[in-house]
Amino acid sequence: MTSHVARKMDSGFAAWLRRDLLLAYRRRGEVASPVIFFIMVSTLIPLGLTPEAAELEKVAAGMIWVMALLATLLSMDALFASDYQDGSLEQMLITPQLLPLPILGKVTAHWLTTGLPLTLVSPVLGLMMSLPNAGYVPLVCSLALGTACLSLVGAVGAALTVSLRKGGLLLSLLVMPLYMPVIIFGTATVSYAVDGLNWLPPLAILGAMFAASVALCPLAAAGALRVTASN
Amino acid sequence: MSWLSRLFSKWLPKESSNWQWFYRLGSPRWFYQRSGQWLPWVSLAALLVLATGLVWGLAFAPEDARQGNSFRIIYIHVPAAFLAQSGYFIMAIAGAIGLIWKMKISYMVMKAAAPIGAALTFIALFTGAVWGKPTWGAYWVWDARITSMLILLFLYAGVMALQYAYHSVDAASKASAILALVGTVNIPIINKSVDWWYTLHQPATIKLTSAPSMHMDMFMPLLVMIVGFYLFYAVALILHTRNEILRRERKTSWVRELATAKAGS
Repeated sequence: MTSHVARKMDSGFAAWLRRDLLLAYRRRGEVASPVIFFIMVSTLIPLGLTPEAAELEKVAAGMIWVMALLATLLSMDALFASDYQDGSLEQMLITPQLLPLPILGKVTAHWLTTGLPLTLVSPVLGLMMSLPNAGYVPLVCSLALGTACLSLVGAVGAALTVSLRKGGLLLSLLVMPLYMPVIIFGTATVSYAVDGLNWLPPLAILGAMFAASVALCPLAAAGALRVTASN
Repeated sequence: MSWLSRLFSKWLPKESSNWQWFYRLGSPRWFYQRSGQWLPWVSLAALLVLATGLVWGLAFAPEDARQGNSFRIIYIHVPAAFLAQSGYFIMAIAGAIGLIWKMKISYMVMKAAAPIGAALTFIALFTGAVWGKPTWGAYWVWDARITSMLILLFLYAGVMALQYAYHSVDAASKASAILALVGTVNIPIINKSVDWWYTLHQPATIKLTSAPSMHMDMFMPLLVMIVGFYLFYAVALILHTRNEILRRERKTSWVRELATAKAGS
């Protein structure tokens, strides 16, 4: 019986992951927008601040992190929106599987199509913002873990606002304060490395945040969806 | 959140047992009538304690050696900051009770607690800024505690915005209860992170509260003020909740009777 349940639970996760990845593949243009946004906004920073490498170097890590956060936030809105509109969210809510698992599948797909591309592009932006050499590996590591946290926490916000017509802006308001610890430790990881310190401790804290969000956020999002999707 | 109720069903009070008061508390009508009886006493106590604390703190407490009279804003600032933080937990606990035991009244308490808590957070930030000018030479400093307070204000704003975004009372209550609970889990993480961030960026040059522990003559009025603020908070919460009860129960016969009786007299 347990293996049967385990297989069922797994299929809930894997099926939704596969479905969302397939949907993302069919709408490649939409998937690219957060990354394009990420690159475009980083053009604004030298224009707004200064083109001097020495100045940019100081703000590079923080700016890249802020922009990655904003890019994730912009994409968060779409996590449940189209499923809510076409009714497949209702189907998800009545499946026999534990609801957090399909949600975790969707969030994983979201991270693979948003957080991961942002992470992979970030070294290029680091180059453009003249990030010191020591900062690249920590930047990629911290963004990989950090954007996963952002996707997970954002899923709770997306679930809370899914049935609202102007949910996008509200979603940002709800989720932004919860993102602040992530950005603190994300930028600290990079700045520790640039200053020549051991950057693993802040990264480990990001890892702890990731572990906590994997455990808790799908539960909260499931509770939220049960409340909001029927209204 | 059915799994949550199931989890707590062990402790779910039985209707027949001596838990009856718990169920009565859940009845808006019972709460409205009882709180009407409590209200004058709590208000009187709040007024007395606040007046005592204010006069004691502002007029009789000794002047601070370094800050002179400007330190006296502490008698508003610290109690407000105190209540702003406890207020979030009170709101979240009320929301949790609503989710678990499905009590109507606790959702109303939760809704009432949000604007009061937000206002207190704003008061704490504002008095902090006013106090900061003579002490630090700037209205705003990115100090750890100030930043945490600002984030707390954002958290309150989120709960309030979500509350007003839904037309359905039920969805609004449950959604903001979930958000308040998520916020509660996050508040310690946010506070610790901000503390850590602050020590990373600037070694604290001016420490206000870790200055040698306060003299008793200064501390006692502060304690009185904190108690006074708690009482004042209770009054504000009861008043807001009563308002909310009347608004949500306006179609029931007892509210109508109440309204017609008031109009007739």
